[in-house]
Amino acid sequence: MTRLYELARMLRSKNSGPFLITLDLFFDDLATYRRVVESGVLCEATLNSCYQLAAGQLLGIYFFESALGIKITYRRPVSSGTCGDRDVYGAQQHAPLMNLLIP
Amino acid sequence: MKKLTILSPCGILGYGFPDASFAYGLSQKPDAIVVDAGSTDAGPHKLGARTAIVSRRAAKKDLLRIIKGGCELGIPVLIGSAGGSGGESHVRWTMDIIEEILTEHPDWQPKTAVIWADIPNEAILAQLDEGKVVPLDALELPLDEQVLGQTTGVVAQMGIEPILEVLQAGADLIVCGRAYDPAPFAAVGVLHGFDLALSYHLGKVLECGALCCNPGTTKDCMLGVLYEDCFEVYPCDEKRLCTPTSVAAHTFYEKDHPYLLHGPGIAMDLSLCSFEALSRNRVRVKGSRLSATDPYQIKLEGARKVAYRTFVVAGVRDPLLVSQIEEVEVLVRESVQEQYPEIERDAYSINFINYGKDGVMGSLEPEHSVGHELGVVFEVLAPTQELANALCASVRSTFMHYGYEGRKATAGNLAFPFAPSDIPFGAVYAFSVYHLMDVDSPTALFPWQWWERGGSNDKTV
Repeated sequence: MTRLYELARMLRSKNSGPFLITLDLFFDDLATYRRVVESGVLCEATLNSCYQLAAGQLLGIYFFESALGIKITYRRPVSSGTCGDRDVYGAQQHAPLMNLLIP
Repeated sequence: MKKLTILSPCGILGYGFPDASFAYGLSQKPDAIVVDAGSTDAGPHKLGARTAIVSRRAAKKDLLRIIKGGCELGIPVLIGSAGGSGGESHVRWTMDIIEEILTEHPDWQPKTAVIWADIPNEAILAQLDEGKVVPLDALELPLDEQVLGQTTGVVAQMGIEPILEVLQAGADLIVCGRAYDPAPFAAVGVLHGFDLALSYHLGKVLECGALCCNPGTTKDCMLGVLYEDCFEVYPCDEKRLCTPTSVAAHTFYEKDHPYLLHGPGIAMDLSLCSFEALSRNRVRVKGSRLSATDPYQIKLEGARKVAYRTFVVAGVRDPLLVSQIEEVEVLVRESVQEQYPEIERDAYSINFINYGKDGVMGSLEPEHSVGHELGVVFEVLAPTQELANALCASVRSTFMHYGYEGRKATAGNLAFPFAPSDIPFGAVYAFSVYHLMDVDSPTALFPWQWWERGGSNDKTV
């Protein structure tokens, strides 16, 4: 088992517009990318648990092999930069993914 | 072979770029200089409060070099989403700087045009009545006459069509209000007869400056070359690598989907693109696809004021307080509420963020270790600045001296890094409009006019 952040070349979060946060993961080579994809760890249940997402909040988990990348998009609980938001750019929301264990 | 070169100096006008990179970019004989100035990333405040995203000084430094480059090469300069949010006030802020530059450099005489992107409430209400305005991304964002009345001013992202009109009219310097970030780049490509999909995809890569490189940055220049069946990109600083993976990966950035992108009247599909290394830092892209959408939809953006804030930053080092910080904060809040029985408790809110204890993630935080000290930020949100100030001063004094269970340090609970400690923040905004609206014409809501140097330049349309 290896922690996800040790396998990823890049692991980040950012706003996609003021109402969504998108998580991007990139890998250096096809083998590592496929190892993560085929592990099935990055699935709806994992994401719902990591981010305490309610029904309808997760918009998609996308695998894009030609970029060796995975994208996950979910609705923000609070829109960017208004009362109650703690991360205006959504740039520090990736941490819960970092320690996921990949077989 | 027919080709067109576009120079993108940086990812946001005012972020800056190295002189050497820009000089290299100009040496490649670009056909246009295009820069995006916009973003909603910094939240709703810039749009709502009519303020800019970068300082005037930083914007002027970049504009000066870009306008000089355009005038010297005799090529058009296009600025997208002027002033950050692209509303009328943001366009005028940008034009004020440009007027100053042109006054200081009378030999530069670009024919200048502005394209407005302010959408009148009546136009929105008319489409709303016909069910042609729907919220984007948010599950619920109710829109009606009252919400529009509270909104500072709605802008919409223009596509290439209004920009193309102004290019065809022969403008040298085009300052666009809110624009879809890739649109000003794509308009130049389409003007010269290049494929719409390739032009838009190239715009998507270039609008972030050199962010598609390794190392990536928005603060450096990037070149794009359009051909009939492909485009190529390469950085202006040879220390940056530009690889098939770095360019492919860039389409992920700040988008909800890795290869399906939506813009004004268009949907792009980049799933079948090929990315080919031509050298260590030059990549050729083929296979971008695009379809026109029916109806043509534009994205509306608007923000309204929702509260006023006053806040305090403080540190807590006492281990007895660190160990019960949240409990003490609840008691402090209750004490302040009791001190102001004449104010409805739901008319304001008192909030605490404890950096060092779930400060960033809040209730989502999976880790629960706590360090030896905490950074505490507390705020009061209230309907007026006066009330926020008064309540926050009471929170601060109550917290400072609160006699919590087991306290030994009876002289004070908080270490303030600054005096005064209470910071009146001003208004807090929220996005009140973030909708897609059907339109019959891609240009009718984005009127343009020539800019008259030193004139009043009232909107003529």
